[in-house]
Amino acid sequence: MTARGVFAIDAAGLHYRELNRRVREAVAAGRKDVLLTGVNGQYYIGDGIRAEVNITVEGVPGNDLGAFMDGPTIVVRSNAQDNVGNTMNRGKIVVHGRAGDVLGYGMRGGKLFVKGDVGYRVGIHMKGYRDQVPVLVVGGKAGDFFGEYMAGGVLVLLGLGPDDGRPPVGDYLGTGMHGGVMYIRGSVDPTVFGKEVGVVEITPADSQFLHECVREFCAEFSIDPGEVLTREFIKIVPVSLRPYGNLYAY
Amino acid sequence: MRKALHSGGRHPFDYRKDISGCGLTGLIHVGGKKVGGEAVIRSICLMNERGNGLGAGFAAYGIYPEYHDHYAFHVMYDHLDARRETEQFLERLFAVDMTEEIPTRPTGNIRISPFLYRYFVKPSPEAAPKEMRLLPDDDYVVQTVFQINGNIDGAFVFSSGKNMGAFKGVGLPGDIAEFFRIDEYEAYIWTAHNRFPTNTPGWWGGAHPFTLLDWSIVHNGEISSYGINKRYLEMFGYRLTLLTDTEVVTYLLDLLIRKNGLDVHTACKVLAAPFWKDIDELPDEERQALRAVRMMFGSAMMNGPFAILFAFNGGLVGFNDRVKLRPLVVGRKGDFFYMASEESAIRTISPDLDEVWAPRAGQPVVVRLGKGLTS
Repeated sequence: MTARGVFAIDAAGLHYRELNRRVREAVAAGRKDVLLTGVNGQYYIGDGIRAEVNITVEGVPGNDLGAFMDGPTIVVRSNAQDNVGNTMNRGKIVVHGRAGDVLGYGMRGGKLFVKGDVGYRVGIHMKGYRDQVPVLVVGGKAGDFFGEYMAGGVLVLLGLGPDDGRPPVGDYLGTGMHGGVMYIRGSVDPTVFGKEVGVVEITPADSQFLHECVREFCAEFSIDPGEVLTREFIKIVPVSLRPYGNLYAY
Repeated sequence: MRKALHSGGRHPFDYRKDISGCGLTGLIHVGGKKVGGEAVIRSICLMNERGNGLGAGFAAYGIYPEYHDHYAFHVMYDHLDARRETEQFLERLFAVDMTEEIPTRPTGNIRISPFLYRYFVKPSPEAAPKEMRLLPDDDYVVQTVFQINGNIDGAFVFSSGKNMGAFKGVGLPGDIAEFFRIDEYEAYIWTAHNRFPTNTPGWWGGAHPFTLLDWSIVHNGEISSYGINKRYLEMFGYRLTLLTDTEVVTYLLDLLIRKNGLDVHTACKVLAAPFWKDIDELPDEERQALRAVRMMFGSAMMNGPFAILFAFNGGLVGFNDRVKLRPLVVGRKGDFFYMASEESAIRTISPDLDEVWAPRAGQPVVVRLGKGLTS
């Protein structure tokens, strides 16, 4: 049985356990559109849910939004906190504001789009799984350790927003990266590169991917993709599959 | 079939645990407008899961206007002998103009507590031992705090500033707030902490904030360099008695800012020192200054993950370790600035912020009374 219409839950003042219990109940009852109003700080929203369901969040969700998630689409109308998409497997998370640190940690599938700036260690140890390729796109700017220990998947950084003199990405870019690929729009100060990454030429296949990816991202946030695509991207890949292979070998 | 393996009847793998770090929050009104404790209580309680009931506390500035020239000593006693000894000691060194129990209310979850007293005092060095007699007032108070905490069994001074006070103990923030009647105070700066002790005991003296004079510190993280910092501080007469790492932060700030005259930004560069590779890239003058600072105060550098709020009568500062291993978010609404571990803890008291941002690693956010954000 599929229930029609939007199922709303007023999250104001609810403890996260109770809120998440109600969300899981709604999903189990076949609800396809769940609206959470009055959210503020509740952890673990959408965690571990294996279903096709749209969850809309009004308010700032707490840490670990969409962790271990397997299928749902979560749209956050405001900012998000830390650890969004932790070890997520499938589905999509769209954040209309900024987000915190450690996004997409160990992500192995699905998509995570953030319109604004993000914090430190975004895309840390993203990996993919078999034929799954996780894609994390940041519209704004990112902090240090972007793509740290990245093992697979795709990180895209657009660096949009006011020209406030801040570089699009912080220091220690791709430190320990040994798989996957990063695309950064515009130029990057070469001194921020980690020791384990290098820049390679964009291929026609890369351009094709970026066009589709940017179009999908822009459609979510009503941004003009033509504008975004006027600037070149650089492509960053690991230079070694086992950067620390010799670290403890004497 | 599920076996009842222990009293809870759960399988041993089916355990419930909230994965936590400490939580911290603070606010300041740049114009000095005072707000009741209710806001900061709501903010810290939103992050209840960040602690585990083994420590919580509050610091409040501007709460003792009728005694604004007195040092306000908050003291906890394990037993009444400690109280007698401490009061004799205080009366020898100070004019004690007011003594009272710190007001508390019966709180279901706070079943045991030390004896809690406060004293409003002014130094009267005439009867003090020779080595203390010529000390400036602040040093005189610092020496008094160290002597009580180090020498009197079962007595701990947990607040010693003017027109400010710390309130802390073992419990969740809501319980500690109720116990200390935090809602009845009004302050222009508030900080609060929710503790999840990892390496050191959860006891009343070990709850945050840690204070000395009007410095108060709440901290999420670990000061891995505690040993080096402690030995360094001991060379300057600081005595570390509170069994936990955060104590060094308080004394380092006192040493760097009050004793050595560093400004707040430079002091933060000592504690969260920039990497040598970044110092090397700076223009000549700045490079030389930072090299000097790192060489001069190398043993004051703090290693390990931290997000810290520190307050003093003139402002509130938030800062992170140099690679940002703990969360910190700043928000502004008009003349109110808020700093917390999570944005939602700010939104719960100020939903429509004018600005919200995450500070960069090692870059202090300094908000001064009467001036606002300074850099």
